[in-house]
Amino acid sequence: MEATQVIGTRARARRWRSLRKIGIAYLFLLPAFVILGTFLVYPLFASIWYSFTDYNVVHAARFVGLANYQKLLSDDVFKTAFRNTLVYSVGVIPGCTILGLLLALLVNQPMKGITFFRIAYYMPVITSIVVVGIVWKWMYFEDGIINSMLRGLSLIAKPIPFLSSPSIALYAIMAVTIWKAAGYYMVLYLAGLQSLPRELDEAAMIDGANRLQRLWNVTVPLLRPTIALVVVLASIGAMKVFGEIYVMTSGGPADRTTTLVYYVYKQAFVFLSMGYASSIAVVLFLFLIVLSVLNIKVSERGGTVNY
Amino acid sequence: MPVLSTARGRTLENVACYVLLILLALVFLGPFYWLVITALKGPGQNVFSYPPQLYPKPPTLVSFFELWQVGPFHRYILNSTFAATMVVVGNALFCSMAAYPLARMRFPGRDPIFYLILATLIIPFEVTLIPSFLVVSRLHWVDTFPALIVPAAVSPFGIFLMRQAFLTIPYELEEAARIDGATEFGIYAQIMVPLAAPSLAALAIFGFVAEWNSLLWPVVVLKSQEMQTLPVAITFLDSNFYGGWRQIAAGSVLSILPILVVFAFAQRYFMEGLTAGAIKG
Repeated sequence: MEATQVIGTRARARRWRSLRKIGIAYLFLLPAFVILGTFLVYPLFASIWYSFTDYNVVHAARFVGLANYQKLLSDDVFKTAFRNTLVYSVGVIPGCTILGLLLALLVNQPMKGITFFRIAYYMPVITSIVVVGIVWKWMYFEDGIINSMLRGLSLIAKPIPFLSSPSIALYAIMAVTIWKAAGYYMVLYLAGLQSLPRELDEAAMIDGANRLQRLWNVTVPLLRPTIALVVVLASIGAMKVFGEIYVMTSGGPADRTTTLVYYVYKQAFVFLSMGYASSIAVVLFLFLIVLSVLNIKVSERGGTVNY
Repeated sequence: MPVLSTARGRTLENVACYVLLILLALVFLGPFYWLVITALKGPGQNVFSYPPQLYPKPPTLVSFFELWQVGPFHRYILNSTFAATMVVVGNALFCSMAAYPLARMRFPGRDPIFYLILATLIIPFEVTLIPSFLVVSRLHWVDTFPALIVPAAVSPFGIFLMRQAFLTIPYELEEAARIDGATEFGIYAQIMVPLAAPSLAALAIFGFVAEWNSLLWPVVVLKSQEMQTLPVAITFLDSNFYGGWRQIAAGSVLSILPILVVFAFAQRYFMEGLTAGAIKG
């Protein structure tokens, strides 16, 4: 064959090989594409579409424009759910962030048997929310163990209606969430603590700083990226709370423990108003986007710690 | 680092720490203890007696057997185990398959695809809930295993984790294999996957626990008695079986035992895998 034809063949072979390579790459990616596309990407856009319809399973979706969103503005339950979610977040986020840090500091010491305690504090994290909810529901009963102990210690005269009182119920649920999640944040803090350079802390000790001073002026500032991560994870988790409420109070009493996600569930699967429920879900999604953007901004700022 | 400098001061501090550790352990483990002793109480023992009975006299397993009066509990356990296992298999397979070209091959669209997958991490499951359910229903998968397994078979976090793992494998191994004439799939299967085993283990554990404990999705897509998973079944116990505290406790203990066993064995991978992914991104 002539030289040019040989080169042509080689060039064609090369092009065929790289096309084949691209094909193989996409073949590897195919299952992920199909599943993520069907169950994550498509539903996201479909949700947004449904929020502009009055789809309620009984009849086909009819476009209604912003009617659902207008309804949201005058829906008292939605406003309650919104407020509940905010109150809940304001309580749970600092609770988890601070308790997680305290636990991590406590278990970061090289004491004998410390692993047992690390695992013990992590147990609630891997336990199903259903089991956690049921146990705490019993503990909160008026003849449950918490009231029994409080009465036994003569701290109260009458049992506290933890879950049936409209004013206390939400706080009772917050306690459960913090109890369940603290171990998870403890582990994150632990990883952060164990990667800190020791020289700074030792230098501060040599300079005569006591433990509290070292904690506040050296450890915590160095831990800023971890704290930022924890705060954002806790915020996103708090806005999505569902299990505790489903198991312990079903949104009551008097909707005082209904949160945004629980309200989505109730509207969609109890009242079958899927269009309306989608509009609530979209509002929630917008808030989560805001939180995520804040996350990126804050962790970029605190990401590089200058020693 | 101790605060007090005297030997006696340090011991005092040690003791104080242990006291605190034990008190907190009581707080975090106490409810589990309460659950277990309630499950071990027999008929006629008042669960909510005052003063509270902190030890069952005598402990009995009868509540566990009574669970079957409520429903086919062996089915619930089977369903949860099967679904969780298949989800883990799916994740191990599909996430690593997707991560391989993203980490190791060069092709047009590679980076945008990776960022797209990262972006899906932001999409909360609750927003996709209703349309996902409608998709499942149009596929006639309601009340079947595919409904439980397929949507969870790929997780964006899993792809991210596996890509990180593959990126740390040295090129030389891959080059040597290519020189020997291995195919892409051969390199993937015989080099990359085995070397990324710790990350795969962490992925498997997370996937198993997440699927086992999943509540909202099974509540939505399952209907018949036989198909229910354990967490959902326990909620039925709770609402139908008013007064059946012992049985509910027994069911709850059954549902957390497998996770505790899995966790006890793999505790190291669990915490490592958790922090590796979290700190990086």
